[in-house]
Amino acid sequence: MRALTDHAVTVLAILATLIVVTPLLVIFGYLVYKGASSLNVAFFTQTPKPVGETSGGMANAILGSALVLALASFIGVPIGIGGGVYLAEFGRGTKLANAVRFTADVLNGVPSIVMGLAAYSLVVIPQHHFSAFAGGVALGIMMIPTVCRTTEEMLLMVPHAVREAALGLGVPNWRSVLSISVKTASPGIITGCMLAFARVAGETAPLLFTALGNQFWSMNLNEPIAALPLQIYVYALSPYDDWHRLAWGGALVLIILIVLAVSLVRWVTSRGVLKGAS
Amino acid sequence: MGVGIAVLNLNAWYGANHTLQDINLNIPANHVTALIGPSGCGKSTFVRCLNRMHETNPIARVTGTVRIGDLDIYRDCKPVQIRRRVGMVFQRPNPFPTMSIYDNVCAGLKLNGYTNRRALDEIVERSLKASALWDEVKDDLKKKSGASLSGGQQQRLCIARALAVDPEVLLMDEPASALDPVSTAKIEDLIFELKSQYTIVIVTHNMQQAARVAEKTGFFLNGRMVEFDSTHKIFTNPSDKRTEDYITGRFG
Repeated sequence: MRALTDHAVTVLAILATLIVVTPLLVIFGYLVYKGASSLNVAFFTQTPKPVGETSGGMANAILGSALVLALASFIGVPIGIGGGVYLAEFGRGTKLANAVRFTADVLNGVPSIVMGLAAYSLVVIPQHHFSAFAGGVALGIMMIPTVCRTTEEMLLMVPHAVREAALGLGVPNWRSVLSISVKTASPGIITGCMLAFARVAGETAPLLFTALGNQFWSMNLNEPIAALPLQIYVYALSPYDDWHRLAWGGALVLIILIVLAVSLVRWVTSRGVLKGAS
Repeated sequence: MGVGIAVLNLNAWYGANHTLQDINLNIPANHVTALIGPSGCGKSTFVRCLNRMHETNPIARVTGTVRIGDLDIYRDCKPVQIRRRVGMVFQRPNPFPTMSIYDNVCAGLKLNGYTNRRALDEIVERSLKASALWDEVKDDLKKKSGASLSGGQQQRLCIARALAVDPEVLLMDEPASALDPVSTAKIEDLIFELKSQYTIVIVTHNMQQAARVAEKTGFFLNGRMVEFDSTHKIFTNPSDKRTEDYITGRFG
């Protein structure tokens, strides 16, 4: 009977794993099936062509996405980590901390289109034009709550004994927080940042009236800029088969780039980890 | 060299809980002093008052005077200063999990801004030798994490880490209670070695351990110190009935 239960639970666990993995594999497979054929050198080197001309690519959108996401991470990661450190280490139990935590949770639930509107009114309206910067701000604000709350959770998991060890050596509290607690929690904090990054990388809505999109090369943060999700959105809604194929290709590239970015960060941060470190 | 510790009218609270009441004693320099007593009697709180770790808990409070050498630790200095002069070894080994063995040992120095690399090498070697761990780890100093060692090795690593900041007093809060008998014996040998240079205060649940390592023993009960005398006297001819009951195993 016990063996039977054991088997049953094992089977259930495997089943659950399959259910988790299947949608990802199906989506990815379908993207490869639909999109792989439109990937060629032109896709990665050329800007979009006008309707009627074949070929053309999304090179400017790939670059644009990279720029906007870099800007978003530049805003979202430090603020999020700073907030998380405050919540877990300095503000524990204070009214301000509770308010910050509540705000972060609410912010996490705000629809992404509203984030776009917020960035629109905060950046676009005062500047009187759309810009890559506005897009970065929108995505950056979206990253803050995820980064903040995972940072807090991960810091709270650092054993009390480790903090005491640092204090017992006469290390000032702030130094202990930065060099011991944050360092010990860093694998989890990095995971949180990657989650937030991957989530906003595919966002279209916040970019609609901030980054706007652009058919041409642009590296200027002060001008409208192309982004993969925007380009996919526009192409997928168009009536042209050629553009549909490019949209599938763009979606495939977007997923691959996210996977690459996450793997790269994991690889970089896992170097120098010691034998037996936990 | 170790210095003596004088405690005058020490009282400590956790919230409304009066955990230490009117403690007075003199702990001699370069001796091992053991504190025994049942769980919750206040002996751990007491040692935590000797390096001001007690007050890291926000609901904790202390009154009274603790003099270490000629320093009144609650009036003359900041907590971080006294913790560099009074090292502490905790009940469970708590090496920094992300740091190498080497970095664990010199953590106290590095985190306080000390960067002379050659001096650090020397201090790490000296501290690990003093804690009898050097021969076991000297080939993996920078390769292995402190957390990869066995429990007994981790505890000796924590002792080395405490010694590296060159304290005068070493507080040990049940340092062997999470270890097997072989590791415990090593720690006890080590305590014996270290007392020529440090004043050692050890909290222990294990009365044989107190009898083996300590010259002086204090018996705590319900937040008060019942008796403080030479270990020999406490274990053979205690003056208080409650001490006798405890060491003969009638309670606790």
